[in-house]
Amino acid sequence: MITKEDVQHIAKLARLSLTEKEIRKFQKELSSILDYIEKLKEVDISKTEPTSHSIEVKNVTRSDEEKEKLKTKKEKLLELAPETKDGYLKVKSIF
Amino acid sequence: MELTELTITQAHEGLVKKEFSALELCQAYLDKIKNDNKKINAFLIINEDLAISQAKKIDEMILEGREMPVLAGIPFAIKDNILVENIKCTAGSKILENYIAPYDAQVIKKLKEKEAVILGKTNLDEFAMGSSTENSAFGSTRNPYDLSRVPGGSSGGSAAAVAANLCLFALGSDTGGSIRQPASFCGVVGLKPTYGAVSRYGLIAFASSLDQIGPLTKTVEDCQIVFEAIKSEDEMDSTSVKLNSKSEILNPKQIQNSKFKIKNLRIGVPKEYFIKGMDEEVERVIKEAIKRYEELGAKIVEVNLPHTEYALPCYCIIAPSEASANLARYDGIKYGMSNVKSKTSNLLDVYLDTRGEGFGAEVRRRIMLGTYALSAGYYEAYYLRAQKVRTLIKDDFGRAFKEVDAIFTPVSPTPAFKLGEKIEDPLKMYLSDIFTVSVNLAGLPAVSIPCGKVNNLPVGLQIIGKPFEEEKILAIGKILEKA
Repeated sequence: MITKEDVQHIAKLARLSLTEKEIRKFQKELSSILDYIEKLKEVDISKTEPTSHSIEVKNVTRSDEEKEKLKTKKEKLLELAPETKDGYLKVKSIF
Repeated sequence: MELTELTITQAHEGLVKKEFSALELCQAYLDKIKNDNKKINAFLIINEDLAISQAKKIDEMILEGREMPVLAGIPFAIKDNILVENIKCTAGSKILENYIAPYDAQVIKKLKEKEAVILGKTNLDEFAMGSSTENSAFGSTRNPYDLSRVPGGSSGGSAAAVAANLCLFALGSDTGGSIRQPASFCGVVGLKPTYGAVSRYGLIAFASSLDQIGPLTKTVEDCQIVFEAIKSEDEMDSTSVKLNSKSEILNPKQIQNSKFKIKNLRIGVPKEYFIKGMDEEVERVIKEAIKRYEELGAKIVEVNLPHTEYALPCYCIIAPSEASANLARYDGIKYGMSNVKSKTSNLLDVYLDTRGEGFGAEVRRRIMLGTYALSAGYYEAYYLRAQKVRTLIKDDFGRAFKEVDAIFTPVSPTPAFKLGEKIEDPLKMYLSDIFTVSVNLAGLPAVSIPCGKVNNLPVGLQIIGKPFEEEKILAIGKILEKA
């Protein structure tokens, strides 16, 4: 069973606030799912390469240029933000 | 016949022959939604004004005698994790409750070009995570066949809307079975295309190496029409693939009209998909469907997919891991809900409180699981191991498809279950996807075709094909529809 400290550590990495009750719930639930996943240890993977995508994928690049089409979208995207200032997203202080 | 009972082809013919107008057709659906949606809760957003103005435009097209694409004037519904410009897109989550989509998904762009009419957005498990639509922040959808049961999930709203004649077709998304399982539970046709066949641009990402958009329809023919309309290579999705039209595809008409072609069909049945714990009546219905193909002359071959039992645990690592990374974007800064509890809140507080309150229980569970699997010291034991097992699962299919044209399995071990039956036990819920996740891990196309009923609840047969052979599995499915 994973510990309460484990759950708190993961929650912090995942940027989720949890109540005490939820921490206990996750301890139980995550442990039972992880037990189930243990099944994968039965498989011999010593000679197997990993698959990240079922099809072959390559990185696609483009030149770093401003696109007219995207420029007009900027305002629309900024309207979706909770707080903006002078065309920038505004965030709370780090400390 | 009621306007809401037509198929796409029938509705198209009616419009072209001026038996009814696009506005009448659209209004018939809007009226039915108004009447029936309260009890089913398939639609989250109804797009009345825009649908009516779109329909009026089609009637002008008809009046002017312009050529009508087959989807012109056809009213359809969209799972609420696919963006439609200027319409809300919630993904079934509180965190996006008031989010208005700033652009069209590629599939929407394509359907708008074909002049299809958008009725509204359908309910789903939050961020498409679930198998019953009970994880929606906006209430459960109910199965039109039995309102005390779930429609399946996560595309439960789309499947229920098609089954209850609230739209002519719907779009869904499938990461581990989210189109096929609700299609099976609601007795409609549901296709998960090959990974890469349909652009994911504008689909709210869940697990990017598994997600695909696909159609839910009343008939196989309708499914072919919609798939044809939405498939494409797209520069906005680097995993979308240019479809090779020269690939060996059986002509659907040939296969459906000729017994000789059916005789050439080799159908694989993997014994690993007929397991203990499966509903006996479901097993009987599936085996009867397979027998019908045998009677028509197809050769039934037993195939082995030896790593089947590892597919669900493998999925339980890969999907949450990718989800935990994808859902990091909901931070209360760029868009969506932002929870600032006090004036002294700092940036970390905003993250914690926004995400802590905005995400529901299942989404949090998967983010936690994924974060754990990817965290320092565990990556190799979990994520990397799962990716290697994924290779073995994919290779199983590769070997089986050397011997057969298609593989037949059940879609789900049971018919639609009761609301509340599995929601308290995550593992029990995950098990309803046991027959569908392998297909996503291997990136294959698969369709659920209604093949019978158990206690008046629909059961679907899953037909799995080789990569990019959607046409073939649909043609094979059509045989069952006619039998």
